[in-house]
Amino acid sequence: MGRYVLRRLIQAIPLLLGITVIAFAILKVTPGGPLAAYEANPDFSFADQQRLEHALGLDQPVPVQYAQWLIRFFAGDWGYSFATSQPVLSMIGQRLPNTLWLMSTVYIVTLLIALPIGVLTAVKQYSWFDHIATGATFAAFSMPTFWLGLLLIVTFGLTFRLLPLGGMLAPGAPFTVGDLARHLILPVATISLVQVGVYVRFLRASMLETTSQDYMRTARSKGLREGVIISRHALKNAAIPFVTVAALDLPELFGGALVTEQIFGWPGMGRLFYDSALRSDYPVLMGILVIGATVVIVANLMADVIYGFLDPRIRYS
Amino acid sequence: MAELAADPIRRAAPTYRERTQLGMAFERFREHRLAMAALLVVVALALLSAFVPVVSPYDPNKTNLFQIFESPSIAHPMGTDSLGRDLATRILFGGRVSLAVGVLAALLAITVGAVVGVLAGFYGGLVDGLAMRFVDILLSIPRLFFLVLLAVLFGGSVLTIILVLGFLSWMRTARIVRATVMSLKGREFIEAARSIGARDLRIMIRHLLPNTVAPIIVAATLGVAGAIIAESTLSFLGLGIQKPTSSWGNLLTDATTDMAKAPWTAIFPGLAIFLAVVSINFVGDGLRDALDPRHVLRKR
Repeated sequence: MGRYVLRRLIQAIPLLLGITVIAFAILKVTPGGPLAAYEANPDFSFADQQRLEHALGLDQPVPVQYAQWLIRFFAGDWGYSFATSQPVLSMIGQRLPNTLWLMSTVYIVTLLIALPIGVLTAVKQYSWFDHIATGATFAAFSMPTFWLGLLLIVTFGLTFRLLPLGGMLAPGAPFTVGDLARHLILPVATISLVQVGVYVRFLRASMLETTSQDYMRTARSKGLREGVIISRHALKNAAIPFVTVAALDLPELFGGALVTEQIFGWPGMGRLFYDSALRSDYPVLMGILVIGATVVIVANLMADVIYGFLDPRIRYS
Repeated sequence: MAELAADPIRRAAPTYRERTQLGMAFERFREHRLAMAALLVVVALALLSAFVPVVSPYDPNKTNLFQIFESPSIAHPMGTDSLGRDLATRILFGGRVSLAVGVLAALLAITVGAVVGVLAGFYGGLVDGLAMRFVDILLSIPRLFFLVLLAVLFGGSVLTIILVLGFLSWMRTARIVRATVMSLKGREFIEAARSIGARDLRIMIRHLLPNTVAPIIVAATLGVAGAIIAESTLSFLGLGIQKPTSSWGNLLTDATTDMAKAPWTAIFPGLAIFLAVVSINFVGDGLRDALDPRHVLRKR
């Protein structure tokens, strides 16, 4: 097992390198760039431009720039933001925990809601509960995240004034967990509702597949209690494909966070990425892309490991 | 041999219509009431958007400062916006852009996906290895981050948004097609085609691609829904379709400032997206059931 994980981690290195090459190439090949904003300025002379290009290292050939970036990256120097001159690592370091707070809450809430609904819809197939839940989930996952966010703001923020419209903490107030929780409710609800739709749909399908298997009849004929049959036999087998989906969905969730952070003014990595994209702040963009890709790769690896735990027939070699 | 055997049978039973795979799938689809209803909604939305100048008496860009933020009424079924423009008309004009972008981006995505998938599956080896590593890389970057980046870099015209969405959405189709082709290419009918001298290209186009049509159709349909959501998200963020061209997404950008005074500006454009996406997803679901050869007939 340990060796398998190690080998997968080693395999991830060329993948990550490939991602950095492609991201770097896209940023370099396309028009615009960090100096585009200055070019319209009549006070900005050609000499100024050359001086700035030299200072930012933009006058070097692209492969050289990439190699320099890569070497420094591994040395822990992720460069400095073109826009704020702050070190990229510390900028991301300030934002990453906020995004992780949001995401982990979303993940837990989503699973807590989706698991029981998904199981129940399959166990009580074609009941009224199943019909309502299936219809609702279909609607939920066809919902554009940002629209749902707007509707929640209109309803709970503007009309009933129950919850804050945005931000992470009340401005000026001392930090309290309650305040953070109040600010979390709407963004978490926005992403979770859509995500619950995806998960319930998938869980229902894979539960239906397992409940029609022969070993279910065997378990019943042994006289096992229904609860044990569902949880030990059906759910555990249905969870195998579900784990993969839940892990592969992580990048989508990250994307959802970008939009949600934008709508709710949540000071996370998604907003940092959005702002940096508008400013062509390449060092920050590269840093966030690498982190995003790392999260995806680690999630895939975790899915495979959990897979092996749930299904002992799979042997890692 | 085959002709000799088939002929008398056909002549003996002339009343039986020949049933093709796709014909049977279409019949199964028609029995799927929910999917048929959804298809009607999609067609209605598309027709209304296409013929909006005939349907609506309003000019989508004509401002009327005496009718700012009118709530929905018979004259303005979805109200008016901050400049007194008729929201329903603007939504239908936006639908032209949003639906067209969705369909064209999905078509581009499945074309690229099918070509890459067939080539990778058919040739295997280095071609396959390179193509699939490239797919891995593209799938490892959170999609919306990638979309935001490309939309900023290439600018938000209708054409660039179609290209960006299309070239970032082909990977899953490629994987599905590749897997199907790999499982088919060792079968006898491919060997038979090769033995009568068919070249690679002919085998791929005439023999392998038609067998991947079912998953491609489903992927394309669901792809349209995905592309509509992606386009509207980008446009909402101000990175997609730029004004004065309206799309469902950038109509909602205005709503962020207007919704306190006029909640309908936030509700109706989103409702249009939701209606389109939910209907297309239902159609895709129905198609999946209809095209699946292991399909179990069940009325809904």
